[in-house]
Amino acid sequence: MRVAMTRRPALLFGVGAMLVGSLLAGCGSSSDGPAGDNGPVTLTVNLFGDFGYQDLYARYKESHPNITVKQNVTDYGAHHKNLQAHLLSGAGTADIEAIEIGQIAGFRPQAAKFVDFLGQGVRKDQWVDSKWQPATSQDGKALFGLGTDVGGLALCYRSDLLKAAGLPSDRDAVSALFTDWNSYVEVGKQFQAKSPDKNVKWFDAGSNLYNAIIGQSTRNAYDASGKVIVETNPAVKQAWDTTVAAIQAGESAGLAAFSPQWNTGFAKGQFATVTCPSWMMAYIKDNAPDTAGKWDIARIPGTGGGNWGGSYLTVPRASRHQKEAIELAKWLTAPEQEKWLFTNKGNFPSDQALWSQPEVAGYDNPFFNNAPAGKIFSESVKSLKPQILGPHQGDIGNAIGNALTTVEQGTATPDAAWKKAVADVRNIVS
Amino acid sequence: MAVMTRPRPAAAHAALPVRRYRLDTKGAPYAFVAPFFVVFGVFGLFPLVYTGYVSLTGWRADTPGSESAFVGWRNYVALWHDPFFWNAVKNTIGIGLISTVPQLLLALGVAHLLNYKLRGRTLIRMGVLLPNVTSVAAVTIIFVQLFGRDYGMVNWLLGLVGVDHVDWQAGTWTSWIAISVIVTWRWTGYNALIYLAGMQAIPFELYESAALDGASRWRQFRTITVPMLRPTILFTVIVSTIGSLQLFGEPLLFNTSQTPTTGGSQHQFQTLALYTYDQFWQKFKYGYGAAISWAMFGIIALFVAVNLVAARRMRGVDAS
Repeated sequence: MRVAMTRRPALLFGVGAMLVGSLLAGCGSSSDGPAGDNGPVTLTVNLFGDFGYQDLYARYKESHPNITVKQNVTDYGAHHKNLQAHLLSGAGTADIEAIEIGQIAGFRPQAAKFVDFLGQGVRKDQWVDSKWQPATSQDGKALFGLGTDVGGLALCYRSDLLKAAGLPSDRDAVSALFTDWNSYVEVGKQFQAKSPDKNVKWFDAGSNLYNAIIGQSTRNAYDASGKVIVETNPAVKQAWDTTVAAIQAGESAGLAAFSPQWNTGFAKGQFATVTCPSWMMAYIKDNAPDTAGKWDIARIPGTGGGNWGGSYLTVPRASRHQKEAIELAKWLTAPEQEKWLFTNKGNFPSDQALWSQPEVAGYDNPFFNNAPAGKIFSESVKSLKPQILGPHQGDIGNAIGNALTTVEQGTATPDAAWKKAVADVRNIVS
Repeated sequence: MAVMTRPRPAAAHAALPVRRYRLDTKGAPYAFVAPFFVVFGVFGLFPLVYTGYVSLTGWRADTPGSESAFVGWRNYVALWHDPFFWNAVKNTIGIGLISTVPQLLLALGVAHLLNYKLRGRTLIRMGVLLPNVTSVAAVTIIFVQLFGRDYGMVNWLLGLVGVDHVDWQAGTWTSWIAISVIVTWRWTGYNALIYLAGMQAIPFELYESAALDGASRWRQFRTITVPMLRPTILFTVIVSTIGSLQLFGEPLLFNTSQTPTTGGSQHQFQTLALYTYDQFWQKFKYGYGAAISWAMFGIIALFVAVNLVAARRMRGVDAS
């Protein structure tokens, strides 16, 4: 669970919205007055990106005719920023607020401002440790977030492009190619040498590769005492070196995640592989609908595990309809709905009991050449190791990602880029 | 006696309308301008002062209780030694220069052309303002597409004349040029109209007599139009300077990565406003962000002062 990143489908639009977002978000709190047990209630839900909830609200209304849900979607950065600001000012939060895993540590100091779900009949052991632990208060006594999806990693690849370069394209054979990350980089070199189209690169962006590699380590930017260890952690250095080697071998398309160029890259087939959490399946399908059947899914290289994204639903104590909001949040994260979200929207459920259920574990994705997505992602999340998270996790990951971008752009040597990253990290934490 | 006392109440009675009249003439103007000052006080002055106060604290989101930790000038001292701050100053001035100077020269030229008798003049005059009424977000998003690395139109055109693809966001100069193009595109028409208004106030007789004396159009432009426009030019220079020092939307949206507030992978186009925003709203360092805001305010004040002094000098030279 690292993560600098998360799903942000329409980034440009999102950033544009960000300029007005802070103004609009002020209107986010529940609108109507206190109501009786069955009086009409409007619940506001603030999300970033598409959680696929729209159809679920309609279904919820069938059993709860008095509840109307108003959803407000801002982009990733603005959403978390607004939530911080609204908690700070004590006004303006919605009845339900989503928080992404890369941001959750930054909200732990404010845990008391959220409803504690442990007092609401929620059992934390429905999630693995790596999912519920980050959403607890600093003393570990309260749980302020309900896990939605989880972003265990696999490797999505274009079987047609691999075949064109004379590499195996069958998913088991592809999985077998990568014993570790070095072999992934080595196979990338073969791909670059033999691929007939020299504009096709091995992977999309160095920052994504780096995040996948460091995601498999138990320690990333923070140690258990909360100290930032970027400069001394050997795992960080190793992930950096492997990524730099791959970039220098010309394997990166240099398309930053969630940029419009990245989206175009999927459609135009500018890269052959991409580190791939479950929600990415829907993202690829949305951005490159014409590539149906050309994609497939293999196991992630390395020791398995690694996480990109996944979120929590929270209910701020400032909510005027706490009872109804808690009920809706629990319903949205209940097994039945999580199952539906996976098979229809591709968000892999964080509820661990679901991982072995046939509807989830046996799900094949037709867009990805009927790859056994349920099986692959269940195995991936089972091998997830809890990673120590810190409040600036996301920003630190982004700073290193930007430094890798400068290597890709050729505007800095790896050494200079690393120094830059360190300077950025120091600027963030001090 | 009774007669003597009578006028008194009458006088007191008459004094009231007089006082009311005085209040009306002396007080009413203040009442009329009050709404502005109230709004300015709430949305301008108070935030300014409060930001000043915040800049003296060590307030940051990741440290509970830090909002009341008074640290004196420490944020400003840190700022003085912060390479990212000086980088932002450099970027702001650099982008400001290459967007403002060509822009104003271009605007002057456009205004000069619009001042001629043209067919459909009003339509054209309104047309040059169009870029300015479009939203900065929409404009920048279009330009980001145009300046795309792989499939952008600018690179496609450059490719036709044999220039290799340019990664506009990556380099310092390339990103500065691209952002300046966006700014220039949006504001040239606006400044042109202001110049045009200024030009139309210049008596036509001056041109007529100059023409009789055999002065060319260029000569007329140089020796009549430009000197007569001096106050207008001064106004646009000051407004553009302030605008370019506050440049925010364009560099923010020009960055399509996940970290729009860093101004490129190496902060190569992170302007001062962007750095303030980054520190305040992205890194949640409220005290430090506030200090950058105030430093920015100081820099803008400095620039405007330099502008004014330079303008006064110019006028002095003119008079002698």
